[in-house]
Amino acid sequence: MKGLNRKDIARIAAEDIPEGFCVNLGIGLPTMIADYIPFGREVLLHSEQGLLGLGPAPEAGQEDSDIVNAGKLPVTLLKGASIFSHSDSFLMIRGGHIDIACLGAFQVAENGDLANWSTGSLTETPGVGGAMDLAAGASSVWVLMEHCQKDGAARLLERCAYPLTGHKCVTRIYTNLTLVEVTPQGFVVQRIADDIDFITLQKLTGAKLHLSPNCQPYRPHSISDDDTLSVKS
Amino acid sequence: MINKRVDSMAQALQGIKDGDVLLIGGFGTSGQPTELLAGVLELGARDLTLVANNTTMGNDIVADLMRANRVKKCVCSFPRGLLGKTIFDELYSAGKIELELVPQGTLAERIRAGAAGIGGFFTRTAAGTELARGKETRLIDGREYVFEKPLTGDVALIKAKKGDRWGNLVYHRGARVNNPAMAGAAKLVVAQVDAFVELGELDPEHIVTPGLFIDRLFEVKK
Repeated sequence: MKGLNRKDIARIAAEDIPEGFCVNLGIGLPTMIADYIPFGREVLLHSEQGLLGLGPAPEAGQEDSDIVNAGKLPVTLLKGASIFSHSDSFLMIRGGHIDIACLGAFQVAENGDLANWSTGSLTETPGVGGAMDLAAGASSVWVLMEHCQKDGAARLLERCAYPLTGHKCVTRIYTNLTLVEVTPQGFVVQRIADDIDFITLQKLTGAKLHLSPNCQPYRPHSISDDDTLSVKS
Repeated sequence: MINKRVDSMAQALQGIKDGDVLLIGGFGTSGQPTELLAGVLELGARDLTLVANNTTMGNDIVADLMRANRVKKCVCSFPRGLLGKTIFDELYSAGKIELELVPQGTLAERIRAGAAGIGGFFTRTAAGTELARGKETRLIDGREYVFEKPLTGDVALIKAKKGDRWGNLVYHRGARVNNPAMAGAAKLVVAQVDAFVELGELDPEHIVTPGLFIDRLFEVKK
C-alpha cells in the first residue's frame, strides 16, 4: 500500500482549484501544482517574491532567474501576470486577498492546527518563510504531504507535537492515501485511494477519522473513470 | 547638479564598518546585490548583521562572507538552503552565528515600517506561536494580534536593473522584491545597477524607486 505518487497528489489538488481563485503555492510538493492546472482553467498563482499569474516550469533554456516560485525554482509568467514589491505581496497574503494557500506540513491536528516550520530542535535550522503569514491570512489552507513520516509515525494528530505555524487554519489535507477535510467534528475522509481501506487508513492516523457518506475514489480526474468528483472551496 | 553615480567599488562602499547592520535585498539570489556583497567581502568588515529574506542558498556570496567569519547575526525568514546543508547550518548548529527568525511578511512589513517612520504595527501573523513569545499582544475585534517593531539598518545594499544619476530605479521581474522598501530603511543606501541610463530615459510612470531614497549608484560591468 503506497497510495498516490507526488505528481498525482499535486494533480488532484490542481484539479480541485476553482476557476478565478488566487492561490499561493508553498515550497516542495505544493509548487508542483503549477504544472497541473487543467487546460483552459484560469487560476491566479501567487509567489511571495512579488508575482501574480505564474505559469508552469519553463522549457529548458527559457529560464529567467528572476521569475521563481517559493522554492526558488524557475517558473513562467502567463499573459496578464503582474509584478509588485515584497511589501505588496505580503499585503495580499496578510490582508486576506489570497483564496487558498497550499502548504507542506510536518503535522496537522484535528482542529486544523498546522506545524511546518520547526521540529523544535535547537541545532537544526528552522525555516518559517511565509508560512505563518499564509496560515494567518489566506482564506483557506490546503496541506499537501505524505500521510506518515518516514519512520511510519502519524502526521495527522489530535494535537501537534511540533511548534505551531498557525491555529485552526487548515481546511483540507491531501496525502498519498486520502483527502481529508478538517471540520468542527474533526477529520472527515472525503476521498480514499484505491489500494487502502478505511480501517487501515485509521491505523495510520493519530486522530479519529470520520468517513464521509459521500466518500469518493482518490484519483486524478484525468485518469479517473468517473466524473463525480465535486469541486469545493 | 545631482549625481549619485560612483565609479569605483571603494567609493560605493565607503563608510561600511565593523558591526554594521546591512539590509540586503533579494529573494534567494534573485534581486541580490551580489557584486556589492563581493565588495564587502573584499573590504574586510566584520561582526556584520545581515537583514535579508534568506541567508545562503548554498554556494553564493553570502556563504563566502560566512566562511570568512564576517557575519555575527542573520535576521531572516528562511535560513535553510534548498539543496542540502549550507555553511549557515554548520555555524548555527555549532552556536557560532545568531539567528532572529522573522515570518516573511512580518520581515517585509518591519522594513517598510522602518522606511515609513512607523513605530510598529500589530499583525495576526505568528499569534499564539513561539515566534510571538515575549511580544506584546492585543485583542482587536476579538482576534489576537502581535506587536512588531520597525527594522532599519546602517546600510542598505540593493540591486536594480537600470538607474539614472538622480538614483531613480527600475527592476527586472521578481528581482524587485524587498529592494524598494530597503531603499528607505537605512542611513546609507547603495544600489548596484546593470545599466546606468541618462536622466529622462526612464518613464516617470514606470520608476519603481524614486531617486530620493538612493545615496550611491554603482554600475556593474557584465
